[in-house]
Amino acid sequence: MAVQEGEIREEEEDEARVGSRKRKGAPRRLGKRKEPTAAVQEEWRWPYCSRYRSTCFLVMGFAFLLRVLVSLHSYSGAGTRPKFGDYEAQRHWMEITVHTPVAEWYRNTTDNDLTWWGLDYPPVTAYQSFVHGWMIHAVEPEAVALHSSRGYESPSSKILMRWTVLSSDMLVFFPAALWFINEFYSKYREKQRVWALAMVLLHPALMLIDHGHFQYNCISLGLAIAAAAAVISERRLLACVLFSLSLNHKQMSAYYAPAFLAHLLGRCFQSKNLFQALFGVIELGITVILTFTVCWWPYLESKETALELLSRLAPMQRGLYEDYVANFWCGTAMLFKWKQQFAMGTLAKLALGATISACLPSMVQQIYAPSRKGFVYSMLNCSLAFYFFSYQVHEKSVLLPVIPVSLLAIEEPQVVQWFIPFATFSMLPLLLRDGLLLPYIALMLLFFLISRFPTYSFERSVATSHPRLTRQLPTGFVVSSVLGAGVLHLMYFGLQPPRRYPYLFEALIMAYTFAHFVPLALYMNWKQWSLPRDVTVKQKLV
Amino acid sequence: MRTSNSHELLWMVAVSTCIKLLLVPSYHSTDFEVHRHWMAITSSLPLEEWYLDETSEWTLDYPPFFAWFERFLALFASYVDPRMVDLVGGLNYSSETVILFHRVTVMAADSVLYWGLWRFCRKFPIEKQRIVYAAVAFSPGLLMVDHVHFQYNGFLLGILLLSLSCLREGRNVMGGFWFSVLVCFKHLFAVAGPIYFVYLLRHHCRGSSWFAKFFVLGSTVLSVVGVAFGPFIYYGQMGQVLKRLFPFGRGLCHAYWAPNFWSLYNTTDKVLAAALRLLGVDLPTPKAAMTGGLVGDSSGHVVLPKVTPAVTGLLVLVAMLPCMIRIWRKPRRSEVVQWIVYSYICGYMFGWHVHEKAALHFVVPLSLLIVDSVEASVDFVFISTVSYYSLFPLLFEGKEYPIKVLLLFLYTYGITIYQTHYFGDLQARQLNESGDGQTEPVEPTVSKSSFSASKVNWKVDYSFQEVELIGSWKKLYLCGLIPVELYSQFLHPFVFKDRLPFVPLMLISVYCAVGLFYSWAKQLRACFKESKSEVLSKVH
Repeated sequence: MAVQEGEIREEEEDEARVGSRKRKGAPRRLGKRKEPTAAVQEEWRWPYCSRYRSTCFLVMGFAFLLRVLVSLHSYSGAGTRPKFGDYEAQRHWMEITVHTPVAEWYRNTTDNDLTWWGLDYPPVTAYQSFVHGWMIHAVEPEAVALHSSRGYESPSSKILMRWTVLSSDMLVFFPAALWFINEFYSKYREKQRVWALAMVLLHPALMLIDHGHFQYNCISLGLAIAAAAAVISERRLLACVLFSLSLNHKQMSAYYAPAFLAHLLGRCFQSKNLFQALFGVIELGITVILTFTVCWWPYLESKETALELLSRLAPMQRGLYEDYVANFWCGTAMLFKWKQQFAMGTLAKLALGATISACLPSMVQQIYAPSRKGFVYSMLNCSLAFYFFSYQVHEKSVLLPVIPVSLLAIEEPQVVQWFIPFATFSMLPLLLRDGLLLPYIALMLLFFLISRFPTYSFERSVATSHPRLTRQLPTGFVVSSVLGAGVLHLMYFGLQPPRRYPYLFEALIMAYTFAHFVPLALYMNWKQWSLPRDVTVKQKLV
Repeated sequence: MRTSNSHELLWMVAVSTCIKLLLVPSYHSTDFEVHRHWMAITSSLPLEEWYLDETSEWTLDYPPFFAWFERFLALFASYVDPRMVDLVGGLNYSSETVILFHRVTVMAADSVLYWGLWRFCRKFPIEKQRIVYAAVAFSPGLLMVDHVHFQYNGFLLGILLLSLSCLREGRNVMGGFWFSVLVCFKHLFAVAGPIYFVYLLRHHCRGSSWFAKFFVLGSTVLSVVGVAFGPFIYYGQMGQVLKRLFPFGRGLCHAYWAPNFWSLYNTTDKVLAAALRLLGVDLPTPKAAMTGGLVGDSSGHVVLPKVTPAVTGLLVLVAMLPCMIRIWRKPRRSEVVQWIVYSYICGYMFGWHVHEKAALHFVVPLSLLIVDSVEASVDFVFISTVSYYSLFPLLFEGKEYPIKVLLLFLYTYGITIYQTHYFGDLQARQLNESGDGQTEPVEPTVSKSSFSASKVNWKVDYSFQEVELIGSWKKLYLCGLIPVELYSQFLHPFVFKDRLPFVPLMLISVYCAVGLFYSWAKQLRACFKESKSEVLSKVH
């Protein structure tokens, strides 16, 4: 009954939106029910706040608990001499930023050997490493001592390092996700919003990479989500600042850049006259340039320093892709040996051309008919295009399409429940290398459970949100695709690969997940084009 | 209305199993080695040597059924890694596989807990089931003690819940059977024995055929005990077994004082001794030195009289006496859970060498009563928070610190919020029913118990004020846990460095003891109350 009670109250809120269709079904008792629940809602005293707030709070607390639990486990390169892994890279950056002057961070010097995990992320990452490095330096100076701390691993320094990620997640990603959900789904029922928040915060991919493998994606992705929320709430300049920060934290955020560019341009062109449109574009451009200038300030002394930094950010020699990535180049490598057939320069140009043409449909749609919903779809489509076709893609890059998918939780519940597990699955070889099998299993199971919360029926919520646009996936298809994934898991864990093809199973996993991503990309592009144009602010007021 | 809600239970069980899986690499205490060694003893030695073996300091000191349980686990263990069950070669062997295997056995054994839980709750209305399931499945105490610290309490409490569910249904023989099985698994549960005895005597053995009933019940219980201990009587080892089961030489309190009556007693003694010394009275120094955070054997009381096991036993019985008289007069099956809970609190408050983990014995059964009335739910939140907090010193490593804090905080917050909404909805429904004019205005049962003063104007001012679960001074006490924790964790090491290392644990123990002592008194009072569930069940 608790649930039904809640629903009735929420239906009241919905009434304004849905119109008279529901009013017929609402019994006269509603009026009487209103009294107590209204009184309940008026109370905002902690901890007795509204159901929505308290549940959101619980979801965030639970998400944080899970992150702490994952951080108990192993990390990338734990105890693996001589090169270690991403954990050592991040620790080394702290060591360098704490002990050397800003100008030398990206330069090969006696104190900063760039061949040993040289800094190759943009300046905001360096500043973040500096702040975290100072914190660790204050507690355990040996952990970030210059030269002597290479490969430093102690139980206490592991806790400290884990806490730098945990705190960044809590300070950047959580508020951003909450803001986005409240802006984007403001017209939806509270229960749905809580579910959407849970989908954003509790999906396994980000938790495993940030708190297991060890990276700070939560900062760049959190800033990107915040930028998206700013776009949706019509704060375009703020969006530009936030997105530039995100780009300056990790160049990978460029995956979203076409979506932001297209949407903001499209918004500007909606203005009444050409002058206003032009002014809007210039305004945005200046904001971006200013933010970049501030971030890059220490490196703008001369052309050399700036180029030095730039060359660190674009390591062309790393190749088209790493290991087994479920993207186009790797997926078709069995049929056509891209790496052998073309020189690196040609490949880079080819990749650039393919990426831009894959982004184009989505960008054109946003320039032509910018809409809030379309923008998030466009973020997904552009990031998928980058993931498929761009140069130097890593398995972890799948996080970038995962985030917009999780943001679309209420719009596309089936896609969320289907894409995110497969995206995580595509990272399985990487996670296994890091010794994260147990959290992988636990978090995948948990995601499956959370997405099927007992008192939350997502089928019904889909049916009410937009009945026409939703196509239910045929059961046979879902069952066979999940069965296939299960068989692959069993093969991967249970069987020895044939000696001639030691990476047969990795390749199979890659091909299988790639085969799943392609139809998704096509469907999402079609979906974006079939979205209605947003009503403008002016029309809404009328 | 749908009454079976097993799929929600399964959902919660699966979620909590995921949490347990994530907890696998966390800290485990010496209890892990204890259980591994018992597995080795039972699988590699014949029955007559189980209670004689002294290969390791962790000798077998649980009753025979638990030993058989370890024997059963050893069947699988020898497949996984034979070294695990090697009596000598396996000593202190803790590879990742061994840890994973043991953790998985605890998770699997928890299925008994969920079976007992489901059996107890299956007739409840659906929202009530939901909250009770959540209260047990996500209990931070069980997670901390079983899945971090390492023990099999969930499994044992499952047997207790089975027994309680049988008693509640009036199936007294089965209730007695399960209880005797439980005691043969872990004898610490025998504290409730007197309550069981009086209850079964008065509730079951009555009517014309009372002797036949008594005979059936008695022979059931005796045959269970016989199966467990018979072989050892046959080998003439009963004295040895009992010596292992009841090591009275261990002292009144454990290293970390469980927050019970004796904790207050010890503190009073210390304070008095210190005060008298200041006044110049010459007192003998106690044998046990307070060093290294271990207060140790505190039987060396200086001022207050010395306490012996017999005194503690007598005190437990005296504390239970009012409840037994009540049962003798009115043996009602609807109140049996309350009485059993009370008996375990008595055992905890006054027992000899009580370990803080024993708090689970009353908190978990108490969660079955969680939404019977506002008062019961307030008591539950209070007792569970205080006693789970008192478990914190069990996990002392840095990496688990945020986990235990988050677990307790989220649990208390979640349960409080859910209960608040539950009672709010309940009242809303009562008002609607009365407002429709179809039924007579229902007594505001929810408010009656704790807010009798506001009864007059309940129709106007009934909504939230009265559902506010925890009264202000209780809230103050619970919030006081935060400064206690902050002081003992951060401020004390900062201010005193290495001096007075026992103070933080003593502070926690004494602070929690005050709260639990109050709760004990509340539970005693609750034993004399009419069961609220009957009154409330009208609503559903």
